[in-house]
Parts: sequence; structure tokens; C-alpha cells
Amino acid sequence: MPTLLQKILRVGIATEQLDLAETDVVQVVRQVEAKTRRLLGRSLAIREVDAGSCNGCELEITALTNPLYDSERFGIHFVASPRHADLLLVTGPVTRHMEVALRKTYEATPDPKLVVAVGDCAKTCGVFKGSYAIAGSVDRIVPVDVFVAGCPPEPTDLLRGILTALDRWPKS
Amino acid sequence: MMQTLFLLTICAYSLGALGAILGGRGQLGRSLVGALAAIGATAGLLLGLTVIFTGQSFTAFVPALLPVGGGLALRLDPLGAFFLSVIGVVAIPASLYGIAYNEIYESERGSLRLLGAMFNLFLLAMSLVTLADNVFTFLLMWEGMSLTSYFLVITESDEAETIRAGNWYIAVTHVGVAFLVAAFLMLTGNASGAFSDLRVHASNLSPLARDLVFLLTLLGFGSKAGIIPLHVWLPRAHPAAPSYVSALMSGVMIKLGIYGLLRVALDFLGGGPAWWGVLVLVVGSVSAVLGVLYALMEHDLKRLLAYHSVENIGIILMGIGAGLLFHSYGSMSLAVLGLVGGLYHTLNHASFKGLLFLGAGSVLHATGTRNMEEMGGLMKRMPWTALFFLIGAAAISALPPLNGFVSEWLVFQALLKGLNIPGIEAAIAMPLAVGMLALTSGLAAACFVKAFGITFLAMPRSHEAESARESPLLMRIGMGMLAAICVVLGPGAIAVIPLLSRILVGLGGLAEVPVSLTEGVSLQVPTSSSQIALPTLALALLLAIGSIPVILKLLRVNFRLRRSESWGCGLTELTPRMEYTATAFAEPLRRVFAELYRPSKELTIDTHPESKYFVQSIAYRSEITPWFDRMLYTPLLHLIGYIANKIRRLQSGLVHLYLLYLALALMGLIFASRWIER
Amino acid sequence: MTNMMSYGLEIGQMLLALALAPGLVGLVRWLKARLQNRLGAPPWQPYLELRKWLAKDVVMSTNASWIFQATPYIVFGSTVTVTLLVPLIATPIAFDAVGDLLVVVYLLLLGTFFLALAGLDAGTAFGGMGASREMTIAAIAEPTIALSISGLAIGSGSTNLGQILTTTLTDPAAAISPSHFLAFAALFIVVLAETGRLPIDNPATHLELTMIHEAMILEYSGRYLALIEWASWTKFLLFLSLLANLFVPWGMATLVTLPTLALATAAWIGKLILLASAIALLETRVAKLRLFRVPELLSLSFVLALLAVTSSLVLK
Ligand code: SF4
Repeated sequence: MPTLLQKILRVGIATEQLDLAETDVVQVVRQVEAKTRRLLGRSLAIREVDAGSCNGCELEITALTNPLYDSERFGIHFVASPRHADLLLVTGPVTRHMEVALRKTYEATPDPKLVVAVGDCAKTCGVFKGSYAIAGSVDRIVPVDVFVAGCPPEPTDLLRGILTALDRWPKS
Repeated sequence: MMQTLFLLTICAYSLGALGAILGGRGQLGRSLVGALAAIGATAGLLLGLTVIFTGQSFTAFVPALLPVGGGLALRLDPLGAFFLSVIGVVAIPASLYGIAYNEIYESERGSLRLLGAMFNLFLLAMSLVTLADNVFTFLLMWEGMSLTSYFLVITESDEAETIRAGNWYIAVTHVGVAFLVAAFLMLTGNASGAFSDLRVHASNLSPLARDLVFLLTLLGFGSKAGIIPLHVWLPRAHPAAPSYVSALMSGVMIKLGIYGLLRVALDFLGGGPAWWGVLVLVVGSVSAVLGVLYALMEHDLKRLLAYHSVENIGIILMGIGAGLLFHSYGSMSLAVLGLVGGLYHTLNHASFKGLLFLGAGSVLHATGTRNMEEMGGLMKRMPWTALFFLIGAAAISALPPLNGFVSEWLVFQALLKGLNIPGIEAAIAMPLAVGMLALTSGLAAACFVKAFGITFLAMPRSHEAESARESPLLMRIGMGMLAAICVVLGPGAIAVIPLLSRILVGLGGLAEVPVSLTEGVSLQVPTSSSQIALPTLALALLLAIGSIPVILKLLRVNFRLRRSESWGCGLTELTPRMEYTATAFAEPLRRVFAELYRPSKELTIDTHPESKYFVQSIAYRSEITPWFDRMLYTPLLHLIGYIANKIRRLQSGLVHLYLLYLALALMGLIFASRWIER
Repeated sequence: MTNMMSYGLEIGQMLLALALAPGLVGLVRWLKARLQNRLGAPPWQPYLELRKWLAKDVVMSTNASWIFQATPYIVFGSTVTVTLLVPLIATPIAFDAVGDLLVVVYLLLLGTFFLALAGLDAGTAFGGMGASREMTIAAIAEPTIALSISGLAIGSGSTNLGQILTTTLTDPAAAISPSHFLAFAALFIVVLAETGRLPIDNPATHLELTMIHEAMILEYSGRYLALIEWASWTKFLLFLSLLANLFVPWGMATLVTLPTLALATAAWIGKLILLASAIALLETRVAKLRLFRVPELLSLSFVLALLAVTSSLVLK
């Protein structure tokens, strides 16, 4: 116990500041209603849906919750059920196996809700394009609000993407 | 007035029995038989209430019909009147319910005439047990009650299971009667069999004889009440009987065991040493905990309820045991507290267990099965049954402000107060009993989440459940009456409990301590300051629950609701086979108490002949044999079988040999009587 | 006048409990974040969550029945009733004679009972699993609670909270008796189990298979979720207040005047912050127990409670 506490004290706060200047990796597709913005201001629950990614994107998404990026400081946290979620974070090209699941997840999420598609695959199907197993990009299956580009996108980009979806941080 | 009510009870039941034999098959006849039973029960209830309220015993005039053993003597004192009222409380709804329920027997599954007649006679015999005023009447009616209920148990005699259940029942009951006869013979001695003489004679008995009488009555009445390990007949017989009969047997008949115990231990013997109380307390705790533990493992809805009867008898006995213990220490007001707790739980258990059995019967009526794993989704198909069953489940789980909570609270208070009693018995027994009672109520709640949740919620697990329909009106009325009683007896406790403490006045010297348990609207426990005010509590709870939607409306929160599929993690389709089952629900507890259950496991995996990685079928079987079956009854039955085999040699079939036996027996008797006289 | 005052106090402490509960949970979360070297969400984050839930739509399973809809109200209502019964800042309170400790325990069991039913209602396996586990733990925690209550009741001869508090207040020596410490330890473990904290349940878990409380409410959304979560936060606050006030009642107001009440509120919040810090520290330190190791922990607490009772009987 003492050693653990010592270590905690030695490290101090590890969280990095977020630079919100760069937003070119983020592409807003759908104008989110003002209501959504007002509601989800500082409390956002995310349900992550892996619709067939190579898990590269997942690695970066997991990094969001670590002490360095600490998405929780913005009130952004991951939940276990789409019923609790406000935002779906979808990765990968949607495979035929995951098509129904993705649609059902969208269906299960209470309104108002947002969808952020993460990674190049989500937009263009990336290297998987043309495969027999692919049903199409995410926006073919569910309405997408924001695309975050990158293969995989960095955690900071992800955070920017999510915050852009909420559209509450001023773009300078 | 009381004489009229008494005659009405007797006549209605007798007419009902007679009518059933003459014309109990048709729709009209059936209704009439049920109605007569309900009238008899109502009259009985009124008679009981009159005696309780006036505090005046009622002596019935009975012509000397049977001149044997002092003839029939009937007298109703407040204690008997309480139990007579309990009979009425369950019998009225059960009779009405039975009228509609009996239609499943129209197709010759059971004899409707016999059923109707036995039902009325059963009620009559039970009522007369509470009225009996001498040993002969008591034992006669007791036996009548056992026999008629035996016939009721084997109504569905086309099933082998039912016949076996009946055999268990009749065997255990008669072992019990043997103990009772012995106890009453010792109590009677040379006196007449009148109960008033027994009281006098009991005080002249030696301490050893008194102990023996107490033990014999505990065994005899305990076998009827279903204490562990004498309960074996209960989970077999109660599910086999028609559901409204199960309601009566579980709700009322087993309570007469409690009546007998109180009558003998407290009234005749006038209380005893501390270990009597401790023994009853221990028997009660063990029955309560083991009863609920085995109930948890049951997936047959009615058997589950039957095991809960064992549990609740345990709780009642804990109250009574605490009462007897305090009585032996001379703290009369505490004794009253324990006994009142036990008595109130008797009444409450009668109402909610009656209700639950009627509910289970309604489910059985609609789905044709008692197996919970084949139910589900009945909430939407049988909304009324579901609501009533839920009330019963909440009451038996001791959730405030329903009645089950009040009586458990009283028993808790008695046990807690017992901690302050000097004496090593109390110091050891009481804390453990408190723990056992708490464990019991926690497990009961878990069990009824299972029983209600698996049966009524989510999706139907079988075609029968899918196509279930709500039960006929009369059945719903029967259940509704008991549900209302469960609700009323919660906050209404403040009115009932003073009456209960009045019932006890005069038993075993409890006369000098008239305890009032009320003060304003709160229920106050004697000799201390523990109190609860249930009406206020119920009101606060209702207000709190009711005002939330209003406040939310005022706050203009979002009230939109969209219906969608269950969230199954993106499954293509959620089928009933994926639902949580009753077995799965109870699995954690089965593992926690694995030492006790010792489940047997059998796993067979069939793999493809080519490769062991391709599984073709998996069969898993796991069974629990209760330990008393395993360790007690199986060896016992073997022993009896063995002895019987030996004795069979005596049965040669030769008449002159039998004559020789007779002569030998006669000579033996003569010598024995000579020897005793000397 | 005094009547008005005491009822005002009741309403006041109810509102105070409801208002502070999200903050208390936020505080634990914030402390835990700091102990994990994170910036973390501010302590008032739960309020924002509540506001959001209340504004969102509800999605309800087609399988579910009215039990699913009634449960949030019953859970919240029973918790609100408990806030009326537990003396938080002053003693004795007007509702003292309405319900004792047993009523408190059984009212909370009422909420758990319905929550477990609601878990089964949607027909999903996770809901059933949560219900089954929650009821298992609730059942085996029950004996410890009852015994701790009896341990506390021996001194005052009553299970009414006001009586117990008054006895401890007038006889401070009783508070440092061994039985008191044992009962506190026993009750502390049970509180962790009942409120779904580590090492019994992980309130922050995302893995359905390890969930207990969360698994039952996976189907809830919108205002229903708000009510259930708010109720469970309030339950957490109530249990901590019970721990704080039953064993260290000093600082509670015995007279109803404004200065004493203000002081008592401050003392109460101080005690809560202390306990919350202890829990945050504990949760940073320990790992979640396997489900089938939980009974061992709870039986340990049962033995502690039994020792508490017997030692108080012996030492009396
Ligand atoms: S975008 Fe890149 S990292 Fe993400 S799923 Fe596609 S290939 Fe993998």
C-alpha cells in the first residue's frame, strides 16, 4: 500500500492538454440539431461498435480512457449498453456479419443520438474494399454525423471528432 | 347467535358433502357444492370472530350421539376461534375458486363427486378440530381431517406420482397420530378425556412425564406442521392435490399442527423448562433455512411453494419457541410478543400461501404444467393472476408494507429482545436464530424473484405458455380476496395484534399480562421502545412512489417512450431458449451451498466418430436429493422392508395358526394387566 | 410549531440527501481518477448525467411488461422513504417511530426485489444473470445486517435509530467497546456489497460477465435510468450516513435550531467525505473478487457480527 501511494504521488497528474486547433482529420457530414448539442453538453456516453475493423482503431480508442488522454475529463465515458449511450463510435468497414448488429445497436440507442465513424475503413472500406464479406461503409448502414479520418486515427483526433460531433468547442 | 352460526357451519358443510355425492358432477351441482362450502366457511369465520371479539368461549350443544370416550364435546375458546377464523379466511376464496377450477376434472380425470364431498368434509373436520373439547373428539376429527385430505391429495389418481405422494402422506400422518395418541394417553391418565380435566391432570405429572408428553406432541403435531425432518410428505402431497386444496392444506391444515402444539404445550402443560423453547426455536430455525434452501432448487412451481410452507412453519415456530423460552423465564410480556409474532405469521402465511397456491393453480389451469422452465411471459397473457401472484410473492418475501413483513418484524423483535435475557440458552440460541431468520427472508426474496420472474416475465418458453389465457372470473375473485387480505393485514396489523394478544390471555398463566401493542398508529413492542407505524409507512411509500411521475411531469422531463427489441448485443434474434432459466437463476446459490445440496452431475458428450472436436450432442443432468431423503428415509425404508420381509413368515394363511396368535396375544394381555396392577 | 419544525426537518433532510447523493458519487469517482493519475471528471459530473438522462427518450423492450416501467418508481420511492427514516443531521426525528432499522433494510430489499424482476423482464441473459447475482448477494448479506442491528440494539434495547443514537450519544464509552468496532467492520463489508462497490462489484465495469448491479439495468434508458441511478446513489449515501451516524453520532444536532443544524450538516458532510475517501482509496487498492469468493468475504463479515453480539453479551 505505501509503495503504491508513493508511486501515485510521484507520478502526479499524467493527463495531457488537448490542442483543439487541428480539425482537418474530422469531417462533419450531418448538421447536428441544436437540441443534441444542448443536451449532451458535458455528459456523453459512448457505445463502441466494432463493425469489422482490424482492431487498429480499437487500440486507439482504448487509449482514450488512459491517464494520458483521459476522455473522462470532458464527461465522455464508455458504457456497456447502447440503451445508456448517446453516441455510437463505429469502426471498420461494415462486414456482412456485423450489418444487422450495427443496425440493431443504432435501433437500440435512445434519441437523441449521434454516430461517429472512426478510421478510413469506416468511410471508404479501406483495404477491405471489394471483399465479398463487406456490406459497405458505415454511412450506408446507419446515418453518420462525423467521420474521423486516419488509419488508425490518433486518440487526440478521436477526441476532436467526438467533440466536433457535439459541436460545442469553438473552432479557431 | 353463536349457536346459529355453529349450526350453519355444520349444516352447510354436511349439505355440501351430501350434495356433492348426489349431484356434484354437473355445472350447477358443482357451483352449489362450492357455494355451500363458502357459506360454511363464512359462518365459521363469523363464529370465530365473535368469540375473539367478545372473549367469550362458546360451548356447542351436542346431543350424545357417540357415547364412547366421553362423547362429542365441542367448545370454542379464543385460541381455537383464531384458528377457526384462519380456516375461514382461506376456505371462502378457495371454495369459490374451486368451483371454476374443477372444470378440469370434468373429463373424468378425477371423480368430481368424491372431490366435492371430501372437500366439504375436510373443511368440516378441520373446523371441528378447533372446536374439540375432549381427547376423543380431537383425535376423531384429527383423523377425519387426515383421511379426507388424503382422498383430496389423490384426486388425480391417474398419475402414479400422485398415488405415491398419497402413500407418503398417509404414512407420515399416521406415524404422527401414533405419537399423538401416546401423548394424549399420558396426559389423560385416569382422568376423563375432557380438556378441562387434562389441564388439572397435567399439573400432577412428574417433570419427566411432562417432558415426554411435550416431545411426543412436538413430533406428532410437527409431522402435520411439516417440521424438518418430518416434512417429507409435504413437498410430495401438496403439489399433487388440486390447487385450491393445496392452498387449504398449506395455508390452514398444517397450521393446525401449530394449534395442537400451543394447546398442549401452553394450555395443558402450562409451559415448561427453557429447553422446550430452545428446542422449538432450533427446530424452527432449521426448518426455515432448509425449507427455503430446498425451495430455491425447485422448478416445479407447486413444490417450490410447498417447501416454502416448511420455511414459514419454521418462522412461526421461531416465534413460538421464543415465546416458550421467555415464558420459562417468567417474562410474560416478552412471551406474548413471541407468541403473537408466531400467531400473526400463522394468519399471514395462511393468506399469502393460500394466494400463491391459487395463483400457481391458475397458471397450471392455463398452461397445464407446473414446470417453471416451460413458463414465461404470462404477465401479458394473465395480467390478473400475475398481479395477485406478485402481491403474494412480495408478502412472503417480507417486503414492507405487506403483512409478511409485520409478522417477521415481530418475530425479529422477540428474538432481539431475547438477547437481553440472562441465561446461557438465550445467549447462544438468540443471535444464531436472528441470523437464520434474516438468511431465510433474504433467500425467500431471491426465491420469489425466481418464481415470479421466470413464470410471468419475459418471453414464453413453451407453446402452452404462449397460448395461455386468463382464468375464469371466480378464480380471479378467489385470488383477489386473498390478495386484498395480504395488503390490508400489513398496515392493519395495529388493529389485529391487540386481538391476538387477547387470544393468549389465560393460556399457561399469561392472564396477568394483558399487553397492548398499540400506541396511536404505531406498533409498539412491550418492555422496550422498538416501534413502527405501518399505516404511516405505507402512506409515505405510496406518496413517494406516486408523486415521482407528477414531479417529473412538472419538471417537464422527456416522457417519450419507444418500444424496440430487447438489447441482445446485436443478436439476430432473441429466442426464449436464450432466456435465463430457473436453474440458472438458482445456480449461484447452489454453488454457495454446495456442501448441503451435494448435487449429482452427469455429463455425456457425443462426438463425431471422425473427430473429437465435432460435438454432436451434449447431455447434462444434475439432481439434488435432499439429505433427509438420502440419510434418513432411504435407510429407514430399507430397514422397514427388511423387517417386514422377516415378519411375513408369520402370515401363513392357516386359520388355526391365527387362532393360536389370538390366544397368545390374549394371554399376554392378561398377564400384562395383572403385572401393571401389582 | 415544533411539529411543523420537525416535519420541515424531515423534508429538509430528504431533499438534502437526494441533492448530495450525486455529488458524493462524483467525489468518489474524482478521487479515484486522481489516484489513477488522471484529471478525471469533476465531482459534479453525476448531476450533468442526471440532467441528460431526464431529457433523453426511453427505449423499452417489446418483451417487457409494466414491471419494467413501475420498477424505477418503486426503487426511487422506497429509497426516498428511507431518507425520511434515517436520521442524517439531527436526532430524534419525526419519523423515528415510523420505521426502525429493520424497516430501512427491508425497504431497500423491496427496491432490490423489483430491480431484479425488471432485470428478468426483458428476457435477455445478462439481465437474468444480474438479477440472480444481486439476489444471491443480497440474501447472504442479510444475516450480517440483522446481526449488526442486534449488536447495536443490545445497548439501547431498541431497533429504532433515534434510540440507538441517543444511547450512544449519552454513553460515549459504548462507542469504543470492542463489539462496536466489530459491528462496524461487519457492517462496512456489507455496505460495500449492498452498494455494489469493489471488491464485490465494480461500478465502472463494461464487461457484462463481471457485472452485478449494472447487468440488471442494461435495458434502462432515459428517465428510468436516471431514477434508478439516482436511487442507487442515494442508497450509497444512506448507507455511508448509517455507518457514520450509528458509530460516530457526535456532531448530530439534538436541538432543532439553525446554528446547530448548520453545524450538524457540516459535520455530516465531513464524515461522508471521510468515508468516501476511504472507499476511493480501497477501490484503488483492491481488485474485484471472483463471484464465488464473495460468499467467503460475506461469511467473514457474518462472523464479525456474531462476535460483536456475543462479545457485547459477555461484556455486559
Ligand atoms: S481504419 Fe485502419 S486501423 Fe482502422 S480498421 Fe481500418 S485498417 Fe484498421
